[in-house]
Amino acid sequence: MNGTTDLRGGAAALMGLLGPPLGWFLMFFVVPMAVVWAYSFGTNEGVADIRISGTFANYARALEPLYLGILAKSLAFAALATLICLVMGFPVALGISFAPPRLKTWLLIGVMLPFWTNLLIRTFALIALLRDEGFINKGLGFAFGWAGFEPLPMMNNNFAVMVGLVYVHLPFTVLPLYAALDRLDRSLLEASLDLGAGHLRTIFNVVIPLAAPGIASALLLTFIPVLGSYLAPDLLGGADSQMIANVIERQFKRANDWPFGAALAFMLMYLTFIGIALQSLARRGREPE
Amino acid sequence: MMELEGAGGWGAGGWTGLSQSRLSRRNLLAGLGMGALGFSLSACGEPKGSASAAEKLNFYTWDTYIGETTLADFEKANGVKVQTSYFATNDELFAKLKAGNPGYDVIVPSNEFVTRMRLADMLQPLDMAQIPNFRNIAPEFQEADYDTPLPRHSVPYTWLVLGIGYRKSRVNGTPDSWKWLFDSELYKGRIALTSEAADLIRLGAKYLGKSLNGVDAATTKAVTDLLIRQKPNIKAFHEDNGQDLLAAGDVDLVLETNGDIAQVAQEDADIGFVVPKEGSLLNADTLAIPKGAPRAAQAHKFINFLLDAEAGKHIIETILYPTPNAAAKALMPASYQANPIIFPTGPGMENSEWGTFEGPEQARIFEEAVTRMRAA
Repeated sequence: MNGTTDLRGGAAALMGLLGPPLGWFLMFFVVPMAVVWAYSFGTNEGVADIRISGTFANYARALEPLYLGILAKSLAFAALATLICLVMGFPVALGISFAPPRLKTWLLIGVMLPFWTNLLIRTFALIALLRDEGFINKGLGFAFGWAGFEPLPMMNNNFAVMVGLVYVHLPFTVLPLYAALDRLDRSLLEASLDLGAGHLRTIFNVVIPLAAPGIASALLLTFIPVLGSYLAPDLLGGADSQMIANVIERQFKRANDWPFGAALAFMLMYLTFIGIALQSLARRGREPE
Repeated sequence: MMELEGAGGWGAGGWTGLSQSRLSRRNLLAGLGMGALGFSLSACGEPKGSASAAEKLNFYTWDTYIGETTLADFEKANGVKVQTSYFATNDELFAKLKAGNPGYDVIVPSNEFVTRMRLADMLQPLDMAQIPNFRNIAPEFQEADYDTPLPRHSVPYTWLVLGIGYRKSRVNGTPDSWKWLFDSELYKGRIALTSEAADLIRLGAKYLGKSLNGVDAATTKAVTDLLIRQKPNIKAFHEDNGQDLLAAGDVDLVLETNGDIAQVAQEDADIGFVVPKEGSLLNADTLAIPKGAPRAAQAHKFINFLLDAEAGKHIIETILYPTPNAAAKALMPASYQANPIIFPTGPGMENSEWGTFEGPEQARIFEEAVTRMRAA
């Protein structure tokens, strides 16, 4: 009897503990998402109203070649940015995980420090760096002015967008990679080195396979926000740098076409769900029977 | 045995790595949540619509769009404290009020949004008897097609015209045609256009010799094709920061408003502005009272104060925009009254038109045309 009462008390406590976050999650995550999802089946009426008519017209429009083309280009952009993040982030994460404990904390703080500054301000800082009259070109001009130096075109083009995307999202790659690499069983690495594999071979044949789930998480965690970026293409990009998130943003603002914007946004959501599902399927495949 | 243990270690290592990465993802998401919280907190600078604070007034306007001491002067004269919050685009203003007025008393919509907000029944009619200073407004701005039929729902605060801001030393003569932006290789890679879809298509129509109102499908297509051809010569589509691109030397020609160019030209004599001879788009920003404003009487008093000659002078001294307030303009020095950027003259001005609000469908058509052009 006593045990049952205890259990009930435990359940109540558990509910008390879980209730507020669950309520928050429902109220401020599920409900707004549901509203936007409902909008994606809506029709504009007059200047300010949306009727949820159950139409698929918004999705039909989102599947037109124009928007599919922009989506494909954005996917390619995001894939390239994610790849660069991985190539740059992996050595950094490996380095941090092998650093002495005191230094490790400082290095991790260093990785996270940019989050303390607003994204907009970081982007403007990049503009100050990259523009024709910016610090890099000024510096190069100072050094090589005698050789007839012309400013490098680093602003308002796809290069600038890529720099912005990689710069902003690198921590999203480094942190999960670090989490995975830090948990590696060091004795396996020592065994590999003892048994005659070089450092590179150890990394490729031991470290990377062991850290594969962490790498997959890092890829997903970087790819999704990159795909949703609109600030970098808006502020750093040139005439050719439009990404799908810019199109979505404009539907909610200037075009004032919320139903179409919602449909485009949920196209990305569906893609994301598929990505996560594929990842967990791949995981299940690796799971020993 | 050794090998078995090794295999076990392999699996365990893999799984701890996995669970750790899951944990860190959650941590990271929590971190992102904090970021979002920060954003929503900063967005919470909204006024509280409590009627008990009768000595306060909530003013929703553009950033840096009022005189330095204007609000303090009003408080001194009337004992009403004005709380200001800012929006960056008309769409933001519209979106905020669309769900119901959260407590704003005076807002500053542009002319086409006055039409749109009236259609959506979001503005209160003004009691002009309480705004005697309206007589200070120049006659040509007292009539407003965008705010019809009477009674008035807005009074003009500033006006603007789009044109070409340019760096004199890098441009041949005066670039007084849209051709140099839309249809020429001469300034390849040194041009920035606006990313506002409606402005682009309408001004393109102007270049093709059409009116910027009632642009039909064929003209939209023609302008889109024109811009697709011109795209390799365009450096950027700016987000209303064209004057900065020009001032920083990133581009030499930019599609911008006269008010924005006047601000940078004040610090850089090498910057000029011209309204192209084909004509351009005229805009006004207005003062209005949204439906559901908690303090309509005070709001009228505030609007009347802003239209006062002295108060208007203080405002334009700070913001340097063209004013429709003739009495305030008369108090300003000649350097403002005769400023060719703030008050442009010539064939371009004569051929310019006010844009009329043409409904959400037209906005969507323009937007899709520009999306297509940007993707081409």
